[in-house]
Amino acid sequence: MEILMAFVIGILFSTATYLMLSKSLLRIIVGTGLLSHGAHLLILTMGGLKRGSAPILGGNAESYTDPLPQALILTAIVISFGVTAFFLVLAYRAYQELGTDNVEEMRGTEKDD
Amino acid sequence: MTNLIILPILIPLFTGVVLIFLNKRITGQRVVAIFSSIGTMIAAGVIVQKVRTDGIQSLNVSSWDAPFGITLVSDMFSALLVLITSIIAFACLIYSFKSIGQEREKYYYYAVFNFLLVGVNGAFTTGDIFNLFVFFEVMLMSSYVLLVLGGTKIQLRESIKYLLVNVISSALFVVAVAYLYSVVGTLNMAHISSRINEISVNGMPGILTVIAVLFLIVFGLKGAIFPLYFWMPGSYYAPPAPVLTLFGALLTKVGVYSITRTYTLFFYHDMDAFGILTILAILSIVFGVIGAIAYWDIKNIIIYNIIIAVGVILYGVSVLNTASLTGAVYYLIHDMLIKAALFLLVGIVITITGTSNLRNISGLITRYPGLGWTFFIAALALAGIPPLSGFVGKLLIVQGGFEGESFIGGFITLMSSLLVLFSVMKIFINGFWGKDRTYGGEEKAPVKQLLIAPAILVAISALYGIGSEFILPYISQAADTLLNPKLYIDAVLKE
Repeated sequence: MEILMAFVIGILFSTATYLMLSKSLLRIIVGTGLLSHGAHLLILTMGGLKRGSAPILGGNAESYTDPLPQALILTAIVISFGVTAFFLVLAYRAYQELGTDNVEEMRGTEKDD
Repeated sequence: MTNLIILPILIPLFTGVVLIFLNKRITGQRVVAIFSSIGTMIAAGVIVQKVRTDGIQSLNVSSWDAPFGITLVSDMFSALLVLITSIIAFACLIYSFKSIGQEREKYYYYAVFNFLLVGVNGAFTTGDIFNLFVFFEVMLMSSYVLLVLGGTKIQLRESIKYLLVNVISSALFVVAVAYLYSVVGTLNMAHISSRINEISVNGMPGILTVIAVLFLIVFGLKGAIFPLYFWMPGSYYAPPAPVLTLFGALLTKVGVYSITRTYTLFFYHDMDAFGILTILAILSIVFGVIGAIAYWDIKNIIIYNIIIAVGVILYGVSVLNTASLTGAVYYLIHDMLIKAALFLLVGIVITITGTSNLRNISGLITRYPGLGWTFFIAALALAGIPPLSGFVGKLLIVQGGFEGESFIGGFITLMSSLLVLFSVMKIFINGFWGKDRTYGGEEKAPVKQLLIAPAILVAISALYGIGSEFILPYISQAADTLLNPKLYIDAVLKE
């Protein structure tokens, strides 16, 4: 199961890299979304994928799932949600102001605008 | 166990929340912000004294015992950095009153400013690696807002790049934490350190070197080391002077702090990772110097000086002996103070002249002698002329480098001082001497009031250099904890 997850994560990371290397701002944002999905799945996998009951003491179950990675993922998802929302608004505003969503045209070194 | 150490995080947090509701009343905002800033400074000062007398302080949040809950830890290193952060924040605040403009003040500038401090102080204080990630995000989110607030074209353009770089480095941070968790099964930094110590009895497993390098990439992106500083000159160019000061003096130093903390606490067995750190630190110095000398733009010259300082500090850390670590801590504090002062001074010059191109500026000292001489002292301190503050730190780092038989690094650090001096003297000679000119923004620039904040910082930095005899015990205590991770582990886990 972990091997399969490793492949899924790898595909997510490579897709994200591909998208982030493109020139359109929207594709880049989708890329960052995929990148954080990959990272979250990685936390889940690194905690060890176990079946079992909820991690409550006294349940007398044979194995418990590890609750910590789930808590971490929850936190990380909320953060990446916030950042992505901000990024989208920023991209829209930049599109309005600069008149382009092509990052190739955003490299400017003119310092006086 | 004491609740005291959470105050530098809580005070700015509550202030930030209150300031959101005061957004249209500028005077009210200023009063609240200044009082909270003074409160944070006092709290930070008390913590430093407490750590000095009673040793490392730790707080288990919600009384979940370490290593299961989140722990906040204040050793001398982090306590000192929190204190310096509060001082710089205070200076930036009084500078902002006169320079940032009503538009920004109405749109939550002070609130976001305080949230940034929450992130920075939290990152310095936390003892939990995932909590460090969370505080990093708090800090970054605020920095995105501060960078883009104002919405000019250059700000929007540079914000996008800055955001993208940091989103990627955050994802890598999560990846690094995930790997670390899979190896050691814990997130508490003291606990991680003791577990890594257990499994490294017969040499460090290779996976830990991978994790060490991942952390170096993540924190190096924030701290702007070679070759990861590519985003910095562009992004730091865009915002106004007080924001630039916060970024240059605090944000990069959070990256440096995190590298120092993780490398001295987790990876001190790992000579491969330390070798990489040494090389990158030296290269940062070299490339920073090239940038600082090449540019004729005062903002860019100072921005490249950040990279040099980061290189010098990390070189001190990478040598890892008593002298070099004491020097690194000393130099880190010196650099935060003096960089903040220099950025504010450069901000004043730009307010007066309306340009940052050195070729269009000259003769400022005839009408602004106070500004000129403050800049001169700051420039000497930056280069490390005795008895000012840069000297002691650099001396100790170089001494440590030679003791550790790392002659190339020590030599390059020494040489870099000369070229740093050249780069700032270039600003002084071309900008302040020469023929007097008239500039556009001159009449409305409140130079005297603006000069208060950098003058305070330069004065503190001068005292820091002259009174180094008195301050060194504090610094040595900080370096001591960094050299003996056992002190840190015992303080956190055996309470």
